[in-house]
Amino acid sequence: MDIIHGKVWKFGDNVDTDLIIPARYLNMTDPEELAAHLFEPIKGENFNEIVGESDIVIGGDNFGCGSSREHAPIALKASGVACVVAKTFARIFYRNSFNIGLPLIIQPEAAEDIQDGEILNINLGEGKIKNQTTSKEYSFPALEGMMIKLLENKGLISYILNEGYDSSEKRESSG
Amino acid sequence: MGKTISEKIISEHVGRDVRPGEFVVARVDVVMAQDGTGPLSVQELKKMDMERVFDKRNSILFIDHASPSPRKELSNAQKLLREFSKKTGAFLSDVGEGVCHQRLVEDWVNPGNLVVGADSHTCTSGALGAFSTGMGSTDIALAFALGKVWLKVPETYKFIVKGKLPDGVYSKDIILHIIGKIGADGATYKAMEFEGDVIENLSMSSRFTITNMAVEAGGKTGLIGTDGITKSYLKKRGRGNKFREIKSDSDANFEKLFEIEANKLEPLVSFPHTVDNVKGISNIEDVKIDQVFIGTCTNGRLEDLRIAASILKDKKRHPDTRLIVVPASREVFLDALREGLIEIFLQAGAAVESPGCGPCVGIHKGVLADGEIVLSTQNRNFEGRMGNPEGFIYLSSPATAAASAIEGKIADPRRYLK
Repeated sequence: MDIIHGKVWKFGDNVDTDLIIPARYLNMTDPEELAAHLFEPIKGENFNEIVGESDIVIGGDNFGCGSSREHAPIALKASGVACVVAKTFARIFYRNSFNIGLPLIIQPEAAEDIQDGEILNINLGEGKIKNQTTSKEYSFPALEGMMIKLLENKGLISYILNEGYDSSEKRESSG
Repeated sequence: MGKTISEKIISEHVGRDVRPGEFVVARVDVVMAQDGTGPLSVQELKKMDMERVFDKRNSILFIDHASPSPRKELSNAQKLLREFSKKTGAFLSDVGEGVCHQRLVEDWVNPGNLVVGADSHTCTSGALGAFSTGMGSTDIALAFALGKVWLKVPETYKFIVKGKLPDGVYSKDIILHIIGKIGADGATYKAMEFEGDVIENLSMSSRFTITNMAVEAGGKTGLIGTDGITKSYLKKRGRGNKFREIKSDSDANFEKLFEIEANKLEPLVSFPHTVDNVKGISNIEDVKIDQVFIGTCTNGRLEDLRIAASILKDKKRHPDTRLIVVPASREVFLDALREGLIEIFLQAGAAVESPGCGPCVGIHKGVLADGEIVLSTQNRNFEGRMGNPEGFIYLSSPATAAASAIEGKIADPRRYLK
């Protein structure tokens, strides 16, 4: 899997999906349009323009709580965010992110230590985060079965088109 | 070893015995999306050239979040749903028919069902002994077309509510107490089962309030085993034949057990900006309220409106406090109208709006001004939830909300009980 190299944008606890993308933009389905409103209640308009390709968002506890809107991970991904590291994630946000091919990492110590603007190298396959700014390293447990398949296929839709639910069921039950 | 309700239902829908932690692909019975999340699902199905539904009656599109639409962009998104319904035969619940979660329990969900919806409060239906959970638009798009979802089987937390609920304390206070105690992420990923003599004595309406808010503790679903109350509810809804006994086995494995003494509870209010920021009414001093909102999938049912009306009867709202009432569905509205409740609200100075999500989602019908405070019977008080990050949202039962509308500040409803 990919190596992610980018700059950190740090947020606090309980960042809910209304803060990631307010409900009034839910009529939009185009990722680029949604990206223009990423974190608008916290960072103002067009925050996405200063987010670099492959940047990393750090959150605290319960990142992505609230509404089931997939618009939230879509806006993050379309803004260039390559990965979110947090202490904990809300469940629907977690599955939505993997379903669109955006990896999330649960690493409480890293989420606490790492500061805004620092540069990270993340190796998803090896489960390593290296803070290039402070040289500190963190490891995280390998992703579970279905999550790896979703990332390898860059999302649920390609996974279903490539492999289908039925083959996955056979594999899960035999394994 | 025995199974929890979740393990039983998921096993039936996978076709073999499943255990917590397993990834499975399960068959679903009911699939839904609403006007906020549905357009994305429809676009994805179009892109894949898979515009079809697995079961017409049980694939539902609800237009409730911005209903009737306040903006042309939202109207266009809703049009997409109506066209999809025409093309595929998916069931359309249009403007004025009500909030998806209320409509689902009125006319769709049965015990033992597996229900998925593109809305986080899909957990509401779990009070009927169904495994019902919120997901995103991609999951729901594929569930519409294929009738299947991928799931990780959750562990279960059990909450036993014992004793007797004091007067003026309602199921909303029970669930606010639980969330305040375990935290907004206290049950992340877990199924939350509620039982005990207090739960057994609650009406279905009160039970839905509890399961509705499971997601506010991070839960994957909220569940209540079926009993005589479930049975008579289904019978009244014309689905008596769909009743079945479903409960956790006595030797099922619960990851955690919590016991709640109902006798000790008082009316509770959740303070901004997290649902777990809960305070007892006796510890709250002088919080002035600009707007009171009574409604939503949490507390917009007939029972809720009856409680609010009993407090507001022959009284007026405080002159500085706006009062907005939104029945959760057309049927609730009609019943409230026939019982004279709507007249009581209007006489008290309320704006009564058409059934739907109302101001809860921050798109229309009562967006807050900067610095304003609302006391709402909804389930969520995040910053910006009601359309303005400069607003402050407090949550309570309909009784506390009604009493507060009269006094213009957060008020103890027990003073108004007859």
